[in-house]
Amino acid sequence: MIIRGTRLTIEKRLVPSSSAYLLIPIFSIFMALLVGSIFLYFSGHEPVAVYYKMFKGAFGSRYGITETIVKAIPLTLVGLGVALAFRMQLWNIGGEGQLYMGAFAATWVALTFPEGSVWWVMPAMIALGMLAGGLWALLTAIPKAIWGVNEIITTLMLNYVAILWVDYLVYGPWKDPAGFNFPLTAVFSDAATLPGLFDSRVHAGLFFGIVAAIILYLVVYHTRWGYEIRVTGENPGAARYAGMNTTRNIMLVMLFSGALCGLAGMSEVSGIGHRLQHGLSPGYGYTAIIVAWLSRLNPFAVILVAILFGGLQVGGFIVQTSGIPSSMVYMLQGLLLFFVLGGELLTGYRLNRVPATGEATK
Amino acid sequence: MSVPLLVEMVNITKKFPGVVANDQVNFNVREGEIHVLLGENGSGKSTLMSVLSGLYKPDEGDILVGGIKYNLRSPRDAIKAGIGMVHQHFKLIDSFSVAENVILGGDGTPMILNKKDIENNLAQLSERYGLRINLSAMVWQLSVGEKQRVEIIKMLYRGSQVLVLDEPTAVLTPQEAEELFDNLRRMAAAGRGIVVITHKLNEVMAIADRVTVLRRGKAVATLEKQAVNQRDLAWLMVGQDVVFQSRKKNPPDSAKVLELKKVNCLSDLGLAGLTDIDFSVYKGEIFGIAGVAGNGQRELAEVVAGLRAVNGGQLLINGTDVTGLSPRRIMDRGVALVPEDRLGTGLIPNLDAVDNLILKDYRRALLRRGPFVNRRVARSNAQQMVERFEVSLRSLDAPVKLMSGGNLQRLLLAREITSQPHLLIAVYPVRGLDIKATKAVHDLLLEQREQGMAILLISEDLEEIFKLSDRIGVLCGGRLTGILPAEAADIEEIGLLMMGTDRTGETAS
Repeated sequence: MIIRGTRLTIEKRLVPSSSAYLLIPIFSIFMALLVGSIFLYFSGHEPVAVYYKMFKGAFGSRYGITETIVKAIPLTLVGLGVALAFRMQLWNIGGEGQLYMGAFAATWVALTFPEGSVWWVMPAMIALGMLAGGLWALLTAIPKAIWGVNEIITTLMLNYVAILWVDYLVYGPWKDPAGFNFPLTAVFSDAATLPGLFDSRVHAGLFFGIVAAIILYLVVYHTRWGYEIRVTGENPGAARYAGMNTTRNIMLVMLFSGALCGLAGMSEVSGIGHRLQHGLSPGYGYTAIIVAWLSRLNPFAVILVAILFGGLQVGGFIVQTSGIPSSMVYMLQGLLLFFVLGGELLTGYRLNRVPATGEATK
Repeated sequence: MSVPLLVEMVNITKKFPGVVANDQVNFNVREGEIHVLLGENGSGKSTLMSVLSGLYKPDEGDILVGGIKYNLRSPRDAIKAGIGMVHQHFKLIDSFSVAENVILGGDGTPMILNKKDIENNLAQLSERYGLRINLSAMVWQLSVGEKQRVEIIKMLYRGSQVLVLDEPTAVLTPQEAEELFDNLRRMAAAGRGIVVITHKLNEVMAIADRVTVLRRGKAVATLEKQAVNQRDLAWLMVGQDVVFQSRKKNPPDSAKVLELKKVNCLSDLGLAGLTDIDFSVYKGEIFGIAGVAGNGQRELAEVVAGLRAVNGGQLLINGTDVTGLSPRRIMDRGVALVPEDRLGTGLIPNLDAVDNLILKDYRRALLRRGPFVNRRVARSNAQQMVERFEVSLRSLDAPVKLMSGGNLQRLLLAREITSQPHLLIAVYPVRGLDIKATKAVHDLLLEQREQGMAILLISEDLEEIFKLSDRIGVLCGGRLTGILPAEAADIEEIGLLMMGTDRTGETAS
């Protein structure tokens, strides 16, 4: 059947249009909000008012902005970590577990040396936190590099192991005797606590995120090793043909990817909780996967998208008081991913209107 | 016109973004004729036939079958209208038998299969046209030529009056091609219309009744075979005279650049890929490897480049044993490879020209600046290579996937030749290139040979092998069935070697 007059065809663009790079993400976000509003409307809420309240809650006050940044810090660090792995087509879904292991190792330093001076306790927490996250990821990289074991499965499975390991510690040997039986450790010493900023919960972990993004950008786009990562990610066959050591690169990339996630865990316990506790992360490791993807693996975009998603969580928390379920936030996250990925497809194509010629004959 | 037309395509236009693949093309097939559709790669032959077989919908124009206008929306419609196409890449299921493949998806296939009836039917059909085949054999057991026969039988079984074959001889030995031509003539004699797509002039002369020449999407002429010769056709096809200059003969140096001693290796499936390969390539020599695709060519290239493990035997470069060294070590000893699959192995489609051109050199001192790549040097080197090898590109910063096949090959050759290797392995170097680009690549190879480079040329195009090589080795079933000096070789003998008959007349196992 042909609609009389004109018909629409989809054509592939030879060169992706440059204006589309900016317009499509904006349009996608708009669409996600639109579809989200349908759900809100049918669950008896006024969508515009809810969105306004979310926005105001996240970005409209000093408290809101600082809380948004608090959430954006771990999302940035884990987002950068998984983006590095994704760049080489290593699907590290284990950011959550690597975050937990980083938190665990940092806590070990803090609890073992309560009297230590800040000059070595803090560096040791950073180093061991990163090492633990990195080794946790390396555990999956070795079988991947040698036997081709699917890292999606192994990284995901190790998340549960890491979370349960931390639970074991906080419910068991590391439980604070003075903690009224809550699953948390004793409070860290001042030396083991990241300094706060702006007189709020924002902490020095913010600098970790910014510095990591800059380093990552330089490494990926300007070093020989970054070149190898980009080549391997785009075309593994070409990497082999050029004599690159892919086995080694898989291990190194996963090690650094995990290290950044571990750093996120370290900064959470040292900057926010000041102790290790059950339910340390509300799924930062998973949300960060969306963050990495939406930012097209660009390190600086990761920071921006992390702030957006941090704001989404804070805003979602605010509107809970007016009876909107917290799952609304996750729904919006999913919709955002859905529309941005869909929009990405469109940057490569365009709709074309062609006058219909001749009638359909059978 | 006394002979009735089976199919008529009138003013067909098909556009793709950026190109008009077919521009107001008229084409028809008479009952009982073999009509050759001739043109260079990219001239629109395959597009036109894809329109005819229902794969593409034309933007403008009509298709008439037996004088009635048809709207072909899918290959299924086309098959119903009696048009069948045999594609270059066969669409068969390896783990099914020949008979099962033939009836698969056919309209007349009943719910419950009577194997005997079907096989009897098919046996009659194949016998009538001399298409010898074992109907109960599994497709994976068949040779390429036999698979092609299965595709033809499949189309005949579905009642195709018009049979379109897309570059059918590309995968065949000269003898197999001759047999195919005989079969096609028999089918034409029985009143069917046959369309053969090709870019080889000698095939036109061998089988055509009529020929239509396409150039840049336009049908430039439709002629009776008697009225043309190869020269005219070449002119029509390219639009200008192509001069094939004869090359200078330079007696090869006596220095062995590459030597293989009883080399064995495994194929991807873990079977014998190469068996006891023994040969040498000298300085300033082009050593051509002929053979039907899939007989160990890829394995040979990979073994020499160190990309595939040697499983017995010795590999020597400039007299030093390099067996078992990593690809990088072998590269460092002066071996460069132009792989068969340009975008899949040789280049990185999504990265820009600069990044692609440093692929082999990024570790060298010249491009180092601490842990960083010296982008400034990389860029100016890239600029020089692009100018010297006349690569035309939009910008050094655009992803190379936007470039044409000919330019991609120049870019690849620029990189490999600039590394000044002692040995260059070129696998199917002109596959998919048009006549002008082919000539440019061939000239480059000959020029390098004059300057003393040893070149191992692997190709399935015998014409190319004969034109460039000083000596020719023939691969069949992973064995080297013969080595001949180019002057002494003739196409008949090479053809026999390609089928596994060695020079003494015995069949190699």
